[in-house]
Amino acid sequence: MSNIISKLEAEQTKKEIASFHVGDTVKVHTRVIEGDKERIQIFAGIVIARKGTSLNEAFTVRKISYGEGVERVFPLHSPKVAKIEVTKPGRVRRARLHYLRGRQGKDAMTVKDVVQNDA
Amino acid sequence: MAIGLIGKKLGMMKVYTDKGEAIAVTVVDVSGNSIIQVKQKSGKDGYSAIQVGYGDQKEFRVTKPLLGHFKKGGSAPKKVIKEFRVTGDDQLPAADAKLDAGLFSAGQWVDVIGTTKGKGFQGVVKRWNFSGQPATHGHMMHRRPGSIGCRLTPGLVWKNQKMPGHDGVERVTTQNLKVIQSRPEDGVLLISGAIPGNKGSIVVVRPAKKKPAPAAK
Repeated sequence: MSNIISKLEAEQTKKEIASFHVGDTVKVHTRVIEGDKERIQIFAGIVIARKGTSLNEAFTVRKISYGEGVERVFPLHSPKVAKIEVTKPGRVRRARLHYLRGRQGKDAMTVKDVVQNDA
Repeated sequence: MAIGLIGKKLGMMKVYTDKGEAIAVTVVDVSGNSIIQVKQKSGKDGYSAIQVGYGDQKEFRVTKPLLGHFKKGGSAPKKVIKEFRVTGDDQLPAADAKLDAGLFSAGQWVDVIGTTKGKGFQGVVKRWNFSGQPATHGHMMHRRPGSIGCRLTPGLVWKNQKMPGHDGVERVTTQNLKVIQSRPEDGVLLISGAIPGNKGSIVVVRPAKKKPAPAAK
């Protein structure tokens, strides 16, 4: 890739991003514009994938909403993603947690805790 | 007609707007454009235009007559030379005027002229968007062109009949693209959407013919 493109992309990337990993339970604060007003909406779930690099980096969050699995892909550097808050770190051995999609009930939202594994 | 710039397609990226929408843009390098010659209607040339060069060339690669032409115009040797015609002598810039990305402003509409990617020898489905025929149920004509004419009358295949052949490597003008950012300091223009050609291919950026020019600067 051309140096100029990497430079232009670097200009747009967010300088401070909270550290989070695949398997973490997170709250994603997204900016929602309704008419003239802007408010924050929270999407909470497990990070099941992180992909891409630089400006094109994105992550997928999965949650169970009224018994239905919902996944949302956020571009990491989008201005619409206001904040990412890690509520519970998880320990996983895979980069992609697509296996959660096949799970039902409590298992579907359970990833091992860091503490349990380290003990 | 209006003055444009010669550039090089560098690649694509995205730009976020204030509202958080992502726009796909093509980055075009337009640094190092220089005026080689100003042609005047009142002068020897008989029409109003400027000759612009882009892309530095080593001096020993240029023929001596051409080198003389560059020196006369006060320009370094260039790889690509193009002309931009204007309607009258009064619209011509000075011979030592600077041509850079500042010629275009953000929000302005432009046309981009380039050479498309080569596709090689292609069939009619890809080359001419023929529909083709069914793949199965006894058909044996899947991606073939079908009939190319009648019989004794007219007894020939009409000219310009669409058939398989070489596709791509063709001059194409993509009209009405918006300049998202103009960055003279980096020597690049960020143009919304895709433009013809590979990365590294030479393109010409000019003000859009079918959209009004922006208000005078």
